[in-house]
Amino acid sequence: MSKTMVELRDIANARSGDKGNRLNIALVCRDPAHYPVVAAQVTADRVAEAFASRKPTRVVRYDLPNLAAFNFVLDDVLEGGVNASLGLDGHGKSLSFLLLAITIEV
Amino acid sequence: MAQRVFIGAGAGFAGDRTDAAGPVVDALARCDGARFLMFETLAERTLALAQLERRRDSSRGYNPSLERFIAPILARCLDAGIKIVGNFGSANPHAAARRIAAIAQDLGLRPPRIAVVEGDDLMGRVTAAELAARETGGTLLAKAGEIISANLYLGARPIAQALDQGADVVVTGRVADSALVLGPLMHAFGWRDDDWDRLAAGTLAGHLIECGAQVTGGYFADPGVKDVPNLAEVGYPIAEIDRDGGIVIGKPAGSGGRVDRQTVIEQLLYEIHDPAAYLAPDVVLDLTGVTVEEIAPDRVRVIGARGRPAPETLKATVCVDGGVLGEAEISYAGVNAAARARLAADIVLERLRQRAPLLAIRVDVIGVVSLLGSAGAVPDIAAAGSSDIRLRFAAQAATQAEVDILLDEVEALYCAGPAGGAGVRRRTTPRLASVSCLIERKFADPRVVMLDAMP
Repeated sequence: MSKTMVELRDIANARSGDKGNRLNIALVCRDPAHYPVVAAQVTADRVAEAFASRKPTRVVRYDLPNLAAFNFVLDDVLEGGVNASLGLDGHGKSLSFLLLAITIEV
Repeated sequence: MAQRVFIGAGAGFAGDRTDAAGPVVDALARCDGARFLMFETLAERTLALAQLERRRDSSRGYNPSLERFIAPILARCLDAGIKIVGNFGSANPHAAARRIAAIAQDLGLRPPRIAVVEGDDLMGRVTAAELAARETGGTLLAKAGEIISANLYLGARPIAQALDQGADVVVTGRVADSALVLGPLMHAFGWRDDDWDRLAAGTLAGHLIECGAQVTGGYFADPGVKDVPNLAEVGYPIAEIDRDGGIVIGKPAGSGGRVDRQTVIEQLLYEIHDPAAYLAPDVVLDLTGVTVEEIAPDRVRVIGARGRPAPETLKATVCVDGGVLGEAEISYAGVNAAARARLAADIVLERLRQRAPLLAIRVDVIGVVSLLGSAGAVPDIAAAGSSDIRLRFAAQAATQAEVDILLDEVEALYCAGPAGGAGVRRRTTPRLASVSCLIERKFADPRVVMLDAMP
């Protein structure tokens, strides 16, 4: 069967949340059948690469197979967080879309 | 003892819609069981701002939208026996309680029994040095100036006690957001303090609805991929919980929004770090066994929360003065806009190099590179090919005068900058720096005071 490239946005949902200078992004497969391919390709390293411009000091992926979901935790990517960032989005609310732009093979 | 409890969310943050609670109350009034309406309106820095307001006026310091949240629903809640629980007390829960009593009087209602949960405020009870020694992941407090606010996240027990004492309305300051739901459940079901799996389920129910519409289609829509019906009239959530901790999330019939596997899982993981160990004051919640099942349109069952004994320490948020944030914007449009905007940015940066060489300045090009860029270099404006460009400059300093140097230079571009500079807007915002501390439970002193017993 031939494989095709898709953006994560085509098969998954994502939501950002913040605590201080730490960001978490929940990634949820719309069809649980995609969980294994996402698990194989959207590694913590891959996510760290997608967020390279934000210089994460640590990226951890937590797996939730019951929910066909993952939780990515990225340290020190919010430019100090909502009380310190000079940017418009100190919460990092828009950053889920950086994750959703990652392309994978399905 | 109740068999089933219904808890609706009337607000999920301080700036939330003040007409959201009405349809939730109407739906709760038709439910058969113990019923509660919760308001979560207290962000991290909100409390420090409220503390500053209380210092200026001792009758203030609670959520400024209190009346607009409460007045539209108070009569219906009292009539139907729906208890109200909210952290809108902020830095002054007693003043908020008195205000609610006054609202009831103005509306010609019977005097509600109002309880205040206090004891979250650490000011005067813990010294700055003691707080500094308990700061997590940093040393900001050791070198900071005056502490503006220091508040523990209290747990759910005092809320349950207030309801046990017959309160119609429970006003709190800082409590864990999820405690606004767990407290009513402990009260209604008689859950014990070491019934870890049930406390975990109640914490999960609270976590799911504490952000209001974020579980019913808010913070979710992405047209064409994730469509949400009638988001303009999104229904706020109602959690139904049984005595064993089974949860069903729904929303008022006929309201907008959607409740399904997708909306619920996104919120389930919102602001979570390790899903096996979500730390709350009353329990450590393990989400790894949770399952989510659509049981009817806009009704989702959530089961499988597990709990472990509560953490030894409580989290506190401490706020200190963070100086001033200054922001100024200017636009360039039409032919060659990118080059003129680039020139404008270069002029401002050159002027600041001479006048305030130590001030760190951020430049954004709104609509081209702002949110997903990174601080530092000026973005490549020309590459985007836009002919409608808004430049944003930002800096932070200890004093207004320092950031004004930047804002004045941006404004001066009108006459002294490139052609066609337009629409300057500038503002300064006082900033609060916040840190987290872990505090031993011996410093916690939660108390319940009924308004009619207040001095």
